[in-house]
Amino acid sequence: MNAILTGGFADPSTQSAHAFRALLEAMARPGRILAVEGARPPAPLSVAAGVALLTLTDATTPLHLAGAADCEALRGWIGFHTGAPLVAAEQAQFAIGTWDALHPLGRFRIGEPSYPDRSATLIVEVDRLEPEGARLTGPGIETEARLSLPETAAFRANRALFPLGFDCILTCGARLAALPRSTIVEDA
Amino acid sequence: MTDQAYNFAYLDEQTKRMIRRALLKALAIPGYQVPFASREMPMPYGWGTGGVQVTAACLTPDDRLKVIDQGADDTTNAVSIRRFFQRTAGVATTERTTDATVIQTRHRIPEQPLAEGQILVYQVPIPEPLRFLEPRETETRKMHELEEYGLMHVKLYEDIARHGEIATAYAYPVRVEGRYVMDPSPIPKFDNPKLAGNPAIQLFGAGREARIYALPPYSDVVSLDFEDHPFTASKADHACDLCGSGSSYLDEVITDDRGTRMFVCSDTDFCAARQAQGHCGRLSPQGDAP
Amino acid sequence: MYVAVKGGERAIDAAHAWLAEERRGDPAIPELTVAQIREQMALAVNRVMAEGSLYDPDLAALAIKQARGDLIEAVFLIRAYRTTLPRFGTSRPVDTAAMAVDRRVSATFKDLPGGQVLGPTFDYTHRLLDFALAAEGEAPPAPQAPARDEPVPHVTGLLDRDGLIEGQPADDTPAPDLTRQPLELPASRALRLQALARADEGFTLSLAYSTQRGYGRTHAFVGELRIGRVAVQVDLPELGFAVEIGEVELTECDTVNQFKGSRTEPPQFTRGYGLVMGQSERKAISMSLVDRALRWQELGEDFTGAPAQDEEFVLSHCDNIQSTGFLEHIKLPHYVDFQAELELVRRMRREAMQMQEAAE
Repeated sequence: MNAILTGGFADPSTQSAHAFRALLEAMARPGRILAVEGARPPAPLSVAAGVALLTLTDATTPLHLAGAADCEALRGWIGFHTGAPLVAAEQAQFAIGTWDALHPLGRFRIGEPSYPDRSATLIVEVDRLEPEGARLTGPGIETEARLSLPETAAFRANRALFPLGFDCILTCGARLAALPRSTIVEDA
Repeated sequence: MTDQAYNFAYLDEQTKRMIRRALLKALAIPGYQVPFASREMPMPYGWGTGGVQVTAACLTPDDRLKVIDQGADDTTNAVSIRRFFQRTAGVATTERTTDATVIQTRHRIPEQPLAEGQILVYQVPIPEPLRFLEPRETETRKMHELEEYGLMHVKLYEDIARHGEIATAYAYPVRVEGRYVMDPSPIPKFDNPKLAGNPAIQLFGAGREARIYALPPYSDVVSLDFEDHPFTASKADHACDLCGSGSSYLDEVITDDRGTRMFVCSDTDFCAARQAQGHCGRLSPQGDAP
Repeated sequence: MYVAVKGGERAIDAAHAWLAEERRGDPAIPELTVAQIREQMALAVNRVMAEGSLYDPDLAALAIKQARGDLIEAVFLIRAYRTTLPRFGTSRPVDTAAMAVDRRVSATFKDLPGGQVLGPTFDYTHRLLDFALAAEGEAPPAPQAPARDEPVPHVTGLLDRDGLIEGQPADDTPAPDLTRQPLELPASRALRLQALARADEGFTLSLAYSTQRGYGRTHAFVGELRIGRVAVQVDLPELGFAVEIGEVELTECDTVNQFKGSRTEPPQFTRGYGLVMGQSERKAISMSLVDRALRWQELGEDFTGAPAQDEEFVLSHCDNIQSTGFLEHIKLPHYVDFQAELELVRRMRREAMQMQEAAE
């Protein structure tokens, strides 16, 4: 019970402001890795994933918990700190889980041709998050960036849907990076 | 000192989250206008309520905020918006472009090139570049969906037929990353080249029309034109009469009723910095005009 | 010597001080109290509550005082305050059939259950300036009739019993809220009604009037107009029942309009609806006419191009805080844009004149 009530932002307006700036920089500069702090969610969630949830979700944002993230402790924590309604992947505005657990990706909303913004944001928990590996180019990137991605094919397929598609926030410990649908991903 | 009666940066947290989600989607789809549930702000629509909401959603207590209107820090509305955030967010403010982390602007991009770590927030009156060709939102939304931008090219081409050139001097439409046609807000077309490849994050807020859009850093932004009539970023053919700059955008000041005019930088920080470095113009107080 | 215009900050402070002085007027004249405005300028207070979308007569009166009697400015003050208020919940739909009516008139039936109650209306006053008011004379107390205990059913309900008017099945869909969601078109009728309930009275009036003159005519009869107080109830899940949290005064207008029908469907009258906070008859009647005009598609009528039929046009332009803001903003500095146009026009003139000279 205690784990449910603790681990939120102690000073929500300031902490979420700092966290959002990290998320904004990350989404604006795909591949850029930023440190965040302030959330202590129950296992298996990372600090960074907790920060993203506290900063972006609330009772108005349907959330999907994938795989191991769909556990009692986390349901309670999310319910108490964000109030986000838990839903199936197809209805989710946000989804959280490991890359494998989020599959199949075709379940997630990619927006509508006239409203491409009505698409899911996937918070992907990864074991490694390093500026190496897959080559990223596109908006937000001056020449190229490198990022350790779980795979590249799915991101290439997602890019092919542009302006439709899902957007990803990759989280690892207390660090995060983002990969919007606009990024062109190539194998290392 | 912040005003304790209101939340940090005025907006409540739920509203900020809603705007923040819209901002992230806007960055993910460069140039696309994301609808957002714009709030009624304590300043009128048309005074920058969209920019103010975007700034409020982005500010942290560590920021240094600069606010300009027509390029100047001292125009009344810039003063008023700066005060609003001093009062509600307690943030440090600055008039120096290089020192600012967040710059809210109306109608100009600063002369000083921006850098990574800076955010430029534009106040936008009419976010829809196709609005003057087609007043219905239901229609323009379809046109964006289908990339049906022929009407815009027809309009520009009619300009050329009638005037010999594209007769749009400000709010000159651009195409972003080869996809969405975007209104850059009513900046003079002189500023258009600075939209492209800019290291800073550029965010656009239209409060009354309830739209947010964005340009990620280094975005590909092309001003619409034709091969035989390429886009040119023009300005008054003068140098600044105070700092001598020949490359800055100028305000025209009428100094008597006999038609005497002078031209001064619209970017007051840029002009003051040049004057402090010893640059002078035709009417500098030093009198040693080049 | 030219010095760049400075002193915006000082100018703003001075302007605000001057404004406060002007607001107060001659200090030899006693200052208006908020209670005086609330009680004696009640229709202005009602308009500010309706268009401000906030039922609070004291705050509306304060806003009118602060705005120097500029009602749109007062609406703006209320709207800006309202945005910052937390939402605790949603009330149950108010039951206007159970309204304690001060006024209830039907234009369609001479008499009907609940009766015709003229109430406090200007309708039959002769518009002669009453100089006794200038002398601050007290009006004699109005005669009192015993309260009527009978129910006051809606006229449309009476017509519905005989199938003479289109049915209006109950709908439990949560009401949309355009102050929390961006407007999306096409809008539902509920959303249109919300927009109209807070729309500018003058704009709504003009649109409604235009339908009467043939721009989207709907042949409206005022089935009934009622003004009075209704209870506001909120469900408390913790208690498992609804509690009354207060009363609001409302003006409701049901219009009975042009009938529809076909070879297979017998003809039926159609409805227009208006509901406005406070006593705001002109607004409620206008709203019901515009509501009806906007329903052309649903009722299988033709779009004749009339402004009042055009949902996008009506919803995009009915809000006076949006329109006054955008209208008035053109007085803000635009010299950067204007300079860009000046430069362009000068250059094009130069080129045109050169071409003329070359031709000559």
